[in-house]
Amino acid sequence: MYQWDFGILWSYRWLFLNGLGVTVGFTVVIVILGVVFGLFGAFGSLSRFKAVRMLALTFIEAFRCTPILVQLIWFYYALPILAGVEMTPITASALALSLYGGSFYSEIIRGGIISIDRGQSEAGAALGMTPGQSMRRIVLPQAIKRMIPALMNQSIIQFKNTSLVSVLAVPDLVYQSQVAAHDSYRPLETYTAVAVAYAAILIPLTILVRRGEKRLAVSE
Amino acid sequence: MSETSKIEIRGLRKSFGSNEVLKNINLDVAKGGVVALIGPSGSGKSTLLRCINLLVAPDGGSVRVGDTRFAFGDGTKLPDVKTLAKFRATTGMVFQHFNLFPHMTTLQNVMEGPVTVRRMTRADAERLARAQLAKVGLAEKADQYPATLSGGQKQRVAIARALAMEPDVMLFDEATSALDPELVGEVLAVIQQLASEGMTMVIVTHEIAFAREVADRLIFMRDGVVVEEGPARQVIDNPQEAATRAFLSHFHRTGALPPANATP
Repeated sequence: MYQWDFGILWSYRWLFLNGLGVTVGFTVVIVILGVVFGLFGAFGSLSRFKAVRMLALTFIEAFRCTPILVQLIWFYYALPILAGVEMTPITASALALSLYGGSFYSEIIRGGIISIDRGQSEAGAALGMTPGQSMRRIVLPQAIKRMIPALMNQSIIQFKNTSLVSVLAVPDLVYQSQVAAHDSYRPLETYTAVAVAYAAILIPLTILVRRGEKRLAVSE
Repeated sequence: MSETSKIEIRGLRKSFGSNEVLKNINLDVAKGGVVALIGPSGSGKSTLLRCINLLVAPDGGSVRVGDTRFAFGDGTKLPDVKTLAKFRATTGMVFQHFNLFPHMTTLQNVMEGPVTVRRMTRADAERLARAQLAKVGLAEKADQYPATLSGGQKQRVAIARALAMEPDVMLFDEATSALDPELVGEVLAVIQQLASEGMTMVIVTHEIAFAREVADRLIFMRDGVVVEEGPARQVIDNPQEAATRAFLSHFHRTGALPPANATP
């Protein structure tokens, strides 16, 4: 029978906290950047111009249909050779994760926009609104409400995806715990603690999302 | 007639794919005139109505409302979005399914056009919106959301929203078709009031008795062509074409209008 000893992790507490800080900070950055890419992808794929639509769809499918781990490695090792730009591991992984997340956000935002009844934008047009005005005043306010649960969900997945940046030696929670595990010879305790840390942050968030969904359902 | 007419449509054609929905339509509506468009579903009457404010872009022919004229056909470019928006601001449209903005109160729905399109101040727009809501008998519903209103009330708000743009013409696209029978009367009463005030209107409807009362001209369409047109009472009471007779035989053509529950 294995003798658990979580006490030994206490001496690595600053390492863990440091890693957790990087993980959370990284998530904030890639969620914000991801939504920005998502907006470009969504409006691009709804564009009147075919070339813009094709460009947006190429972006979305390229990042949605390849594994994030491969993208991370490719951005760090292959892109510098192809494009001649050197990137730090942090830049490369922030870029890869934002674009990956952006491809999913694109689909969520696009889906939210097209879920709004055509009659709504027609009513806006009939009043004399330009397509831009009816998007801002009529369609988006309704669509955003519908998108929020799915955007939150995707952001939770993004939070967990940050664990992959350890392969590029970005000192996030997983990377630091690898250090701790090697040092303490206690991988079971270390990774159990890491799993608990992720869950401790995400479970309250998922509860919040579910509450938000219920509130939205009531107001509709 | 074309000198004095408010709406003038010439040689209008529209196809959806290989389906030709409008085949060479001509239509004149005099200033202050009320034209009812009737016909079986798929006859093209709704598409014709939507061509008047260019919600549907015609393939050929021309559309004129007031002093603004657009020609369509090979080689003519569609008007740009700004021109279209400006044009549509002068035509009010009421839809079968109301299409109220669910995220806004009744008052905000009616204020939206004046504020966003006409760039009125909020205070002026609110005054105008409250007056329009009072006109359709819904002043006390100003702060409610559309979801809490009955179908008839929703449609009256939609009419107030269109009127707040102070349009030159009003287009009604089966405005009572989605309503429970007991709610039809209150909407028709509002339309009738508009007619008596001299609003130029084109009304796509299945309410034949109403068309007979309110419209001065009636157009019967089938398969994308105008089969018969003339003074409303004359066409309804004494149709000349076999197709018109066959269509009208499905309706009670005369008699009292449905009672109006509203007190506008």
